[in-house]
Amino acid sequence: MSTVNTDAHGHAHAHHFESAEQEYLASKQGIWLFLCTEILMFGGLFVAYAIYKTIYPEVFVAGSKFVDWRMGATNTVVLLVSSWTMAMAIHSIQVNKIKAAGNYLMATIICGFGFMIIKYFEYSHKIHLGLVPSKYFSYTGEMVTNGKLYFGFYYVMTGLHGIHVLAGMGLIFWVWLRNRRGDFGPHRYTAVEGVGLFWHLVDLIWIYLFPLFYLV
Amino acid sequence: MSQSDHHIVSSQTYMKILVTLLILTVITVAASRVDFGFMNTVVAMLIATVKATFVLAVFMHLKYDNLINRAIFGTGIFFLLVLFVFSITDIFTRYSQTPQ
Repeated sequence: MSTVNTDAHGHAHAHHFESAEQEYLASKQGIWLFLCTEILMFGGLFVAYAIYKTIYPEVFVAGSKFVDWRMGATNTVVLLVSSWTMAMAIHSIQVNKIKAAGNYLMATIICGFGFMIIKYFEYSHKIHLGLVPSKYFSYTGEMVTNGKLYFGFYYVMTGLHGIHVLAGMGLIFWVWLRNRRGDFGPHRYTAVEGVGLFWHLVDLIWIYLFPLFYLV
Repeated sequence: MSQSDHHIVSSQTYMKILVTLLILTVITVAASRVDFGFMNTVVAMLIATVKATFVLAVFMHLKYDNLINRAIFGTGIFFLLVLFVFSITDIFTRYSQTPQ
């Protein structure tokens, strides 16, 4: 048998795990539990959206006139491509192409930047027009009654999503650094897998946000 | 079993999924231009769910994952549906006649 922190394959792992494989599976299970809390957090907002959309459908139709579906569609493509580069990064590590993995991770971060830059243009345009939530709403043009309700949902849901994109970019940068340092290989890439799962979830949430806000 | 035994999804599969997701995005936009009445939201959500399924199954490896991770995900979705169904039932039974 092996020493305390090394399994039959010679891979290091924390002493309270039987093997590196068990440690990997436990870590991934933890990530899935975390993703469930994320799904339920965004889920609450989606349910709130469904309720208010049912009561005030005209508000959401009117509000969606102020967002540009082309920007939303571009961001959808950017995030889908970033999910692909993230998946390819893990694939590259699995087949021991460490340098390619680093490039895919960097491409994912660049996609994240692209997404946030487009979001910045969208937000600043609306803020400039006074299309902001609640009592700060100061838009003076034609607007249906309770029109600001749409913007409350818009900023909270896309804003929370945007924070997740920023967090994901930070995490991907962290695994990019670790990858460059040579921490990962075909038999050890737990952190990349976990960060990847988080990034795909962020993409997943946007898949729903795009039609709900841009294509009402 | 070591990590070397993990299912490695081929890069061709990943590319196919990406292309599928991009095509479905075009379909989402196209479908929103057709007036299905209240069904527009339903159609959009159905397409989004198809896209989400591809992301979950292949990009997030749930198709190849062990039962416990699939069960964890399923439990999260189940409780989200419980919240959704009861909230929506409540709203529709109270506002169904005259939405205001």
